[in-house]
Amino acid sequence: MEPNSPSPCRLSDKSVRLQVRDLRFLDKGPFSFAVAAGECVGLSGRSGIGKSQLLRAITDLIPATGEVLLDGQASTGFPAPAWRSRVTMVPAESFWWYDTVGAHFVAEGGGGNLSKNLAALGLDPQAVRWEISRLSTGERQRLALLRALQKEPQVLLLDEPSSALDAHHTGLLEDFVRQYRQRTGAAVVWVSHDPAQLRRVAARVLRMESTGLAEISASFSEREEREQ
Amino acid sequence: MNVISLSSFDLAIAASLLVVLSLFSMLLSLGLEKKIILFSCRMTAQLLLIGLVLRYLFASGSLLLVLLMATVMLLAAGREVWARQQRKIAGISGFTLSLGAMFVSSFSVTALALVVIIRVDPWYTPQYAIPLLGMLLGNTMTGISLAMDRMTDQLYKQSGVIEQRLLLGQSWQEASRDLRSECMRTGMIPIINSMAAAGLVSLPGMMTGQILGGTPPVEAVKYQILIMFLIAAGTGFGVISAIWMSGLLLFDKRHRLRLEILKSPLK
Repeated sequence: MEPNSPSPCRLSDKSVRLQVRDLRFLDKGPFSFAVAAGECVGLSGRSGIGKSQLLRAITDLIPATGEVLLDGQASTGFPAPAWRSRVTMVPAESFWWYDTVGAHFVAEGGGGNLSKNLAALGLDPQAVRWEISRLSTGERQRLALLRALQKEPQVLLLDEPSSALDAHHTGLLEDFVRQYRQRTGAAVVWVSHDPAQLRRVAARVLRMESTGLAEISASFSEREEREQ
Repeated sequence: MNVISLSSFDLAIAASLLVVLSLFSMLLSLGLEKKIILFSCRMTAQLLLIGLVLRYLFASGSLLLVLLMATVMLLAAGREVWARQQRKIAGISGFTLSLGAMFVSSFSVTALALVVIIRVDPWYTPQYAIPLLGMLLGNTMTGISLAMDRMTDQLYKQSGVIEQRLLLGQSWQEASRDLRSECMRTGMIPIINSMAAAGLVSLPGMMTGQILGGTPPVEAVKYQILIMFLIAAGTGFGVISAIWMSGLLLFDKRHRLRLEILKSPLK
């Protein structure tokens, strides 16, 4: 375990984990930004501006021009499934295709880990045995995060990960993601409409416009959001 | 054995049944009388025409003409398969895909039957080649268009699940595996069912025709068994290749779902 140091790391201090260069998709962009190893960057912007599409472009699910690099290596150098296992997006709405929760978790000897993680997010350790149809929206949301972490991605793209959670469980989720990136050095991009949340989880916040990104410091994000 | 030749008068008696049916359609205001008349005339014309074409073809026995006829039949079948799909792959690639599947299901299987099984000489003898190809095209078409229709429809409706699986790092093959095998089953179930019912519930049309035409029943049955095997194999391989090729078209090299190549059914 690393010492609990929430100091905002500058890009020059640590290695750049995720680099996005001149990314354009649909009629949007160019978008350029970088996230250091272990850093979390917030992403805000009005509804419909294309935040989810930006994350989908980074994970290479929609065609885009420009470059996305992981530790200096371009996405085009990876087979797409390998890229998405490393640069993993958790969409706002999760989908499930088997009947039970557990069937979606391919066991990698991490059974003990899973029940620990379930508890950390305020979920019943028995949740793996549950039927998908029984789950609440909030339970699905937290389970979808755990499902996405199975392959220990180096970049985590979170699209409104706590939209269905109450304050208590939102806090648990924020702590959980913080511990994950501190333990693994993963870079996190966190999309949220809640400026207070972005202030809590991210040292830097980017504001998305259709023509590019503007960096706003986290402490000002609240006023910026209100001005819209 | 002598076949009782049908005179025009005999056919006219059968046709009068349809005239009576049209009268009933009017009485019951079903509104089908025009269609009944129109399509029975059309069917008569089409079959008479093909009868003339076949007579000429059988007399000439030329390879070129047989191939020309076969190509026309294949194109028509490909078009039909394509037209039957609701949410089809748009443009020339969608048609080519249907055509390719029909080629696998019918052309290859017919060629195999002619050369290896029936061993006619020459292999393109039109009396064998054309009816066999026709039987295969007509009977494998349903399964193949069912499977392809279901594939595009399900990919569209379950795009959320498919993209979720892609997002978790699955390849397109993995992400669509369950869906693809379900579509292949959908395409193959009808022929499997009709094998089960053959002879018990239904007397297959070809066999009936042969028996009426004077062939001894056991010979007719043997040909029918051959045809059933060929249809089942043709449908199966046609469905498998149709689904596989659909997958190649509907996902790109970066394992992205390309729903934009589908044509919306309501336009």
